[in-house]
Amino acid sequence: MKKVLIIGATSAIAEHCARIWAAKGDVMHLVARNEQHVQTIASDLKVRGASEVTTYYLDLNNVGRHEELLNVADDALGSVDIVLIAHGTLSNQIKCEGSVEETLAEIQTNALSTISILTLIANRFEARKSGAICVISSVAGDRGRSTNYVYGSAKAMVTTFTSGMRQRLYKSNVSVVTIKPGFVDTPMTSEFTKGLLWAEPSAVAEKIVKAIDEKKSEIYVPSFWWMIMVILKKLPNFIFKRLDL
Amino acid sequence: MTMTTTISGWGNYPRQESQCTKPSTAALLRTAVNQEGSLLARGMGRSYGDSANAHKVLATSYCNHFIDFDERTGKLTAESGITLREILTVIVPKGWFLPVTPGTSYVTLGGAIASDVHGKNHHIAGTFGQHVTSLNLVLGTGELLTSSKHENADLFHATCGGMGLTGIIISATIQLIPIQSSFINQKTIKAGCIESACELFEENNDATYSVAWIDCLAKGKNLGRSVLMLGEHAEEGGLEIDLKEPVAVPFNTPAALLNSMTMKTFNTIYWHKAKAKPHHAVPLMPYFYPLDAIGNWNRMYGKKGFLQFQCVIPKSDGVANMRKLLTEVANSGEGSCLAVLKQFGKANDSLLSFPTEGYTLALDFKLNESTMQTVSRLEAMTLDMGGRLYLTKDAVMQESTFKATYPNWEKFEAVREQYGAIGKFSSMQSKRLGLA
Repeated sequence: MKKVLIIGATSAIAEHCARIWAAKGDVMHLVARNEQHVQTIASDLKVRGASEVTTYYLDLNNVGRHEELLNVADDALGSVDIVLIAHGTLSNQIKCEGSVEETLAEIQTNALSTISILTLIANRFEARKSGAICVISSVAGDRGRSTNYVYGSAKAMVTTFTSGMRQRLYKSNVSVVTIKPGFVDTPMTSEFTKGLLWAEPSAVAEKIVKAIDEKKSEIYVPSFWWMIMVILKKLPNFIFKRLDL
Repeated sequence: MTMTTTISGWGNYPRQESQCTKPSTAALLRTAVNQEGSLLARGMGRSYGDSANAHKVLATSYCNHFIDFDERTGKLTAESGITLREILTVIVPKGWFLPVTPGTSYVTLGGAIASDVHGKNHHIAGTFGQHVTSLNLVLGTGELLTSSKHENADLFHATCGGMGLTGIIISATIQLIPIQSSFINQKTIKAGCIESACELFEENNDATYSVAWIDCLAKGKNLGRSVLMLGEHAEEGGLEIDLKEPVAVPFNTPAALLNSMTMKTFNTIYWHKAKAKPHHAVPLMPYFYPLDAIGNWNRMYGKKGFLQFQCVIPKSDGVANMRKLLTEVANSGEGSCLAVLKQFGKANDSLLSFPTEGYTLALDFKLNESTMQTVSRLEAMTLDMGGRLYLTKDAVMQESTFKATYPNWEKFEAVREQYGAIGKFSSMQSKRLGLA
């Protein structure tokens, strides 16, 4: 029976991971902003088999309360085996281009708040010499593209930050797993027309839970995104800058 | 949150351009009712015709949470967008099963109630709605109202089988049945003709589950030859449930592959391969949901899609009338491989619920002009025989047939009027059938 802390528990990907853990009878502590939504998920996970589910409400942009969040989680779970960090927003690129405030707010939500919580967790797990940290980054962080480079650059920061943290914590027996999902059909992406490249959150979640169990470092889900991103990253700028991606 | 897309029922006919909203929580599903214009809840889109088609639909797929499950009493409460398949994954290992289940597990709880679905145990257990202990419905006014057999009973009996036309079902509580095993003891009996099949249903009326595969293409002395499958819940074998992902039919296959020649061959082989067998244990999933093993089997009918015809005819003169219907189908030479015959038990109190005491026949027709005419002839014959068609399967019924065969339609409209549903909830089917 594992003890899992889920930050951003109302994210569709996180919820589907939680359903997998619930079916195994694991214990979970859910953190999210929307109280009613997280309560619905908590009741659902109990019926699906979770041994115990507790909740905590917080807007993760409130970094001043991250320490408290982790203390409450420790109280609820005893000690945390797995932390899944999944909160975030899909930035509106056009709005960001027109507003410094909007751009910085998106960077705050998708990068800085994650980095704040990661810093605190890293120190706790390092001292304990155990634990697994899993962060949902994105393929968007691999190379900035005109259609979503604000979101992309925030995710690039998360990817790079976790890469360094992984090296540092390896010596302390703490695994850091960076997940780079491609297009996933969730409420966050409801306004996009879905095609062949789109994946279901339940399938993505299965890969994530497996990656955590196997202490993977960095994975693309679905895995074919690795190939797409290799090509995209290798494209010389004189071609890349002419593309509309 | 809102997208314009083309939707259709499981038969892929007719198609409808629709504004689809997919609220991410039950609270948002409730407020979505306040938007302009008339709309309809849509679950898995597994009804066959146009009953889940509308200009504006509210998809319930994100509202798929369990709310409560009492493992001692078998009372289960969940949001309406949860599928029966998901429910099974949780309840079967705990020793519970659905009181009534249709032939696919890929339907939502809300859809099962709105269609008041029936299963192989109708003659004993009735319909799905009869096991709903209460449901929460968002009315046209935006108000959330609880109804059951005892509370707002008029609304409850209009909503079970009401095709989503009374409001949006948000959540419901059902009473499950206890099981000792996830296996079914199945017994197979062959009937050489329709008369013998109906006799066998009568003789085996105490079997918990009974259904027959029927060869709709056989003629003459073989007319209505059937393979009757009876089932009882086993007591041994454990409570494990095996949920394999279906093997997908990835695209529409050329409809020409399913022609009278290939189907006749399939049916003949199936008939001769079927062996009368005494009780033997089979797992629950393939017993109840054989077609769920093939994802998108509807694509085998090609791009144009297909019609499913399901009627029920009264028991008196039922055998002779069934012979007439089967003669019509056999002469058309276009019925499908997948035809089902079953004896229904008594009707219930829900206003538009389909089953009535008698015999039901269900089969597919690949869509073309001549099958359209066949289905229309079968509709007229059913009307003459005092029977009716299943709204969940229907895509083409005439308004006059509907109003003559569902005599409670006016009461249904009165309940809708009383609870603010008129003008707020409608489908392409409800418009075709002359409901306000």
